[in-house]
Amino acid sequence: VNSRHSVERRDPCRKYLLSTKHISVINDKRNVVLESSLSELGYKAPIARKTGTTIAGIVYKDGVILGADTRATDDMVVADKNCMKIHYIAPNIYCCGAGVAADAEITTQIMASNVELHTLNTGRPPLVAMVTRQLKQMLFRYQGHVGSSLIVGGVDVTGAHLFSVYPHGSYDKLPFLTMGSGAAAAVSIFEDRFKPNMELEEAKQLVNDAIAAGIFCDLGSGSNVDLCVITEAGVEYLRGYDKPTMKGKREGQYRYKPGTTAILTKTITPLSLDVVDESVQIMDTE
Amino acid sequence: EFTRLNLKHDPGKMKEYHYTGPVEHRFSPYAFNGGTVLAVAGEDFAIVASDTRLSEGYSIHSRDSPKCYKLTDTTVIGCSGFHGDCLTLTKIIDARLKMYKHSNNKSMTSGAIAAMLSTILYGRRFFPYYVYNIIGGLDEHGKGAVYSFDPVGSYQRDTYKAGGSASAMLQPLLDNQIGFKNMEGVQHVPLTRDKAVQLVKDVFISAAERDVYTGDALRVCVITKEGINEQTIPLRKD
Repeated sequence: VNSRHSVERRDPCRKYLLSTKHISVINDKRNVVLESSLSELGYKAPIARKTGTTIAGIVYKDGVILGADTRATDDMVVADKNCMKIHYIAPNIYCCGAGVAADAEITTQIMASNVELHTLNTGRPPLVAMVTRQLKQMLFRYQGHVGSSLIVGGVDVTGAHLFSVYPHGSYDKLPFLTMGSGAAAAVSIFEDRFKPNMELEEAKQLVNDAIAAGIFCDLGSGSNVDLCVITEAGVEYLRGYDKPTMKGKREGQYRYKPGTTAILTKTITPLSLDVVDESVQIMDTE
Repeated sequence: EFTRLNLKHDPGKMKEYHYTGPVEHRFSPYAFNGGTVLAVAGEDFAIVASDTRLSEGYSIHSRDSPKCYKLTDTTVIGCSGFHGDCLTLTKIIDARLKMYKHSNNKSMTSGAIAAMLSTILYGRRFFPYYVYNIIGGLDEHGKGAVYSFDPVGSYQRDTYKAGGSASAMLQPLLDNQIGFKNMEGVQHVPLTRDKAVQLVKDVFISAAERDVYTGDALRVCVITKEGINEQTIPLRKD
């Protein structure tokens, strides 16, 4: 007698795949009820941190240029003065993310992973249109709950392309695009000075000025301009390309002498250890 | 309560709760225009400082709209919050100052202005002026005085006070630097005028880093028995 056990049922991978098919949204209605009952008691439900951004992209003579500011806000307080909003998707495709910070970050990471697997599967370098299609299919599936607005740009075998993808899953394909809270400020610069087939320096200056407009005129954007120039030859990631705003110079000294903080009790536990490896990491204190 | 109810049902199905559907939006008479004010009282001087940015939502209305208003030769008021109410309130205060001067043949003292402002604000207890006020000036003895208010008129005399959008960032810093709080073994030196002005400038530079509503420029009014000296210094514009 053969006792046959279903291999399928025993297969641990299948269970894993099933449970991680997609993020469950059954808590959506519960969250709405929670929010209303919380506000009755006078509390606010925690909100996801948004980047409050200016991102922009243009197609120029030799490829695409993507630009972004570097401020991340928690409500109306600056949480990160120098965050990176231009994300890597493939060696020839980069993506700027606006909207909810976590959503933009995770979505682009998922895309990067999928693109690499796709490249290995097909043996072909990725197309920007492919990334856009995967993005919009994923975002539509989540019905706008994944709050990431993205500008995807790159140079593939069919040429230089620029797409924008919205949280609900729609996309646009245009020679120049802006997204984020500073989009209106940035697009005004593009509408004034954009020309097809611009030279590299002129194009870089244009994107820089568009992001700068967002930095100065939009409260949700600020700090520095990051640029990413993508051509057939390769990618030039210019982090901190321009720093139009500088921190003011403080006149006073605000260091504290040792002993300023009161020491109430002190216990010393000696640990007999040997130094094996020493490394120094500079802290970003600005 | 509702989680207990849920367990009675099939966990796969979600019970339909009565949650809010379309919400009717009413006209709001208030707007938030941002801005931070700060006042410090010294031995024989007072400082009232404010940033000059006027914003609404994510936009900037003006980069040059100071929030310090001169009331008398020895008193300056800083008002932040809803700009419409700031303007109306300062007009009302100016009118009342004139009335007092004509009736009593002398200017109002800082303490008197503070007491009067409290009654003006409480007069609108049930439709408040959305303004955070801080009065800085010299009292009858020539010493620095700071009076801080809430939107409905509660006030007290302080040595230093920050109000407005970045107040939560500035106040603890002032508590430490002027009030010498949370520090051991530090000499409590009295605050000189130059040190105070330097501190005010530095503190606003830091506030402009982290508060999106604060920036563009800083207006500092230094009040001494010689008069009121104003200076404007630039801040971050992003």
